[in-house]
Amino acid sequence: MDFSVLLTDIPTLVAVIVGVPLVLAAYIVGGEYLVRRLPDKARPAVRPWIWVAPALLLVTGFLVLPAVGTVIQSFQDNHGNFVGLTNFGNQLSGFPTGGSWIAIRDNLFWLIFYTLGALAFGLLLAVVFDRVPYEKIVKSLIFMPMAISSVATVVIWKFMYAYQPPGQPQTGTLNAILSTVFRQDPRTWVQDVTPILGLFPLNNMALIAAAVWGIVGFSMVILSAALKGIPGDLLEAARVDGAGEITIFRRVIFPLMMPTVVVVGTTLVIFALKAFDVVYAFTAGNYQTDVLANRMYKLLYDHFPSDYANASAVAVILLATVIPVLIFNLRQFRAVEARR
Amino acid sequence: MHQLWLKRSLILSLAAILTAVACGTSSSTNAGSVKVMATWTGAEQASFMAVMKPFTDSTGITIQYEASRDQDALLTTRVAAGNPPDLAAAPSPTLLTNFAKTGKVVALNNVVDMTALQSQYSPGWITLGEPLNDGKLYEVYSWVSLKGLIWYDPKNFQAKGYNIPNSWDSLLNLQQTIKSGGTTPWCIALESGAASGWPGSDWVKEIVLSQSGPTVYDSWWQGKQKWTSPEIKLAWQTWGTILGSGDSNVYGGAKNMAATNFGDGGTPMFQSPPKCYMHNQASFITSFFQSANASLQPVTDFNFFPLPDITSQYAGAHVVAGDAWSMFHNTPQAQQMLKYLQTAAAQAIWVKRGGKISPNNQVSLDSYPDALSKSTAQILVATKIAKYDAGDLMPADMKNAYWSAVLQFVADQSKLNSILANLDSVQAKAYTS
Repeated sequence: MDFSVLLTDIPTLVAVIVGVPLVLAAYIVGGEYLVRRLPDKARPAVRPWIWVAPALLLVTGFLVLPAVGTVIQSFQDNHGNFVGLTNFGNQLSGFPTGGSWIAIRDNLFWLIFYTLGALAFGLLLAVVFDRVPYEKIVKSLIFMPMAISSVATVVIWKFMYAYQPPGQPQTGTLNAILSTVFRQDPRTWVQDVTPILGLFPLNNMALIAAAVWGIVGFSMVILSAALKGIPGDLLEAARVDGAGEITIFRRVIFPLMMPTVVVVGTTLVIFALKAFDVVYAFTAGNYQTDVLANRMYKLLYDHFPSDYANASAVAVILLATVIPVLIFNLRQFRAVEARR
Repeated sequence: MHQLWLKRSLILSLAAILTAVACGTSSSTNAGSVKVMATWTGAEQASFMAVMKPFTDSTGITIQYEASRDQDALLTTRVAAGNPPDLAAAPSPTLLTNFAKTGKVVALNNVVDMTALQSQYSPGWITLGEPLNDGKLYEVYSWVSLKGLIWYDPKNFQAKGYNIPNSWDSLLNLQQTIKSGGTTPWCIALESGAASGWPGSDWVKEIVLSQSGPTVYDSWWQGKQKWTSPEIKLAWQTWGTILGSGDSNVYGGAKNMAATNFGDGGTPMFQSPPKCYMHNQASFITSFFQSANASLQPVTDFNFFPLPDITSQYAGAHVVAGDAWSMFHNTPQAQQMLKYLQTAAAQAIWVKRGGKISPNNQVSLDSYPDALSKSTAQILVATKIAKYDAGDLMPADMKNAYWSAVLQFVADQSKLNSILANLDSVQAKAYTS
């Protein structure tokens, strides 16, 4: 790494290294100084705001204002004229293949299969490995993909899905299994839109499977923590009463874990709605694998000049879908915290 | 008590910073620097740095280099934020032309050495740099490449007694001979992330230029010639005769074309027995041949012939591409660098390292590291009709639709009419914004 670039602009460097801590220190010391001058009773009311204000300012400046700007822009054309719902009309016209419909459909696939997949596997792994002595090692291994960037996940899974024409030695793991064990022709997992069960395109499912592999460690770790929080004497009492292990899981463990399952589930729903990196790195939205976030990106950067109007409309659609889930998630999270 | 601690730590950190700054300043020079953005990474980045080393050594001007394959997005954002690099080299001049339209790049007529440019570059390359037809030069080319090269393994050709086709008909005959011998004649690979489909679009544009000539070619990429027009439709159909019905002339058919990355496209030619005999790709592909199979040697193991002329009237027509430079900040350092990049001396450095061809006629043919690149350069010099890559000249929407159309066409050639009709509807919108 070449750090000499840092020395090309000495005044800025000094301002950053000295100025930033100085301003921060001055703010804290100054704020505390002002609070001390206040009457005793007012202090507890004012002090939190002094500490929260910088964060509030940053959130307002970098999140709230741009979000409001995006909403305003979604009702304008690219020259700033008010056009009502035209941009949304563009996105929602031409059902089932026009506008954003392919992306909406695929987001729905993500919503269902990514969320349920990560939850089911996470729960299964948490419960199964709770009962073995080598739990820690296995859990660390399963958690590892979380530390990999999604793009690296895709690179790994491109090897899993690699395709060679029938009759050739298959380089992809899945096609190798398919051709040697099942004696079937290899498939192009990433390009093949053949629907499974007549409904779910193979390539969308392949993309989601790779994403689930990347995230399952997250749900497993949190669910495992919830599992460990269930008092042992409760399970003991159920066993004494003659309940089998499956009954205990269904009637005792699962209900007690439910709030955590809901929090993890809603978090996964948000991840599914904003899915982008896996899709971008696998197909960039080709072969009907587009999702809303990728469509927004394409509207911004595959166009010149950038189509801010339509991209904003897609962003608002995405935001409008995420917000209710977000609120539900926060409420549920608070409920879980309150129960502790 | 802890106020004292605070004071002490503040003084300590200040002292540390000042020492660091003092040490730092003593070693830096004041000739300034140029911020450069391009798409070259890895070996290409090393080559570019080798080109810039003599420049930095003699002028003291340092290069702050930034590379991204997603240059369209990055550069657009940086320009919109008012923070563009000083110079950018783009493989797609359309992006730079758009910045020229909006006045974000500097006209180069008073920046580069126009006299030298006019004597050392063929007029075609200079005209390409004047996309707005306002007499102003916005882009200069430092390196170029030739498209439409058909790669083959000479040993395989010799073993089967195949001859290099010198006409379009003999190419069609050759592919028939290969096919009747039980092997697919062609290898084609279309996967390329967001740009999937482009290798097929090369086929179509090369056929358009060679079949219907430069006038049709120009009005086609300019959006004045419909995709459903007889000339463009004929080009797709001609490509269809190369692909064969149901893509039967291509190794692995439609599925393998879609699933294989363009870089791995030619590799099956070198298997034993070969899976295909010919592969159409620009000159850069040789580095992919050799990275997949290090023992392959140019000329003996792989060689090329240019795509044969289709219509004799337009003989010697070739699609070319190149690295176009534009200037966003007119600084003295950036001016010096751009002047340096147009010289034969600078361009020859990369030419000697392999993978690039110079548009500057002062770069001697002896600079080319091997017989292949030398003959590419010879073809480029002898090219009668040079046209820039049409896809790269189209608006981004059009270009992306063109690439998708390639994927749709190889999946089902019978849908050509509806694919072209869809391209027409994109064309109607893409050029207006």
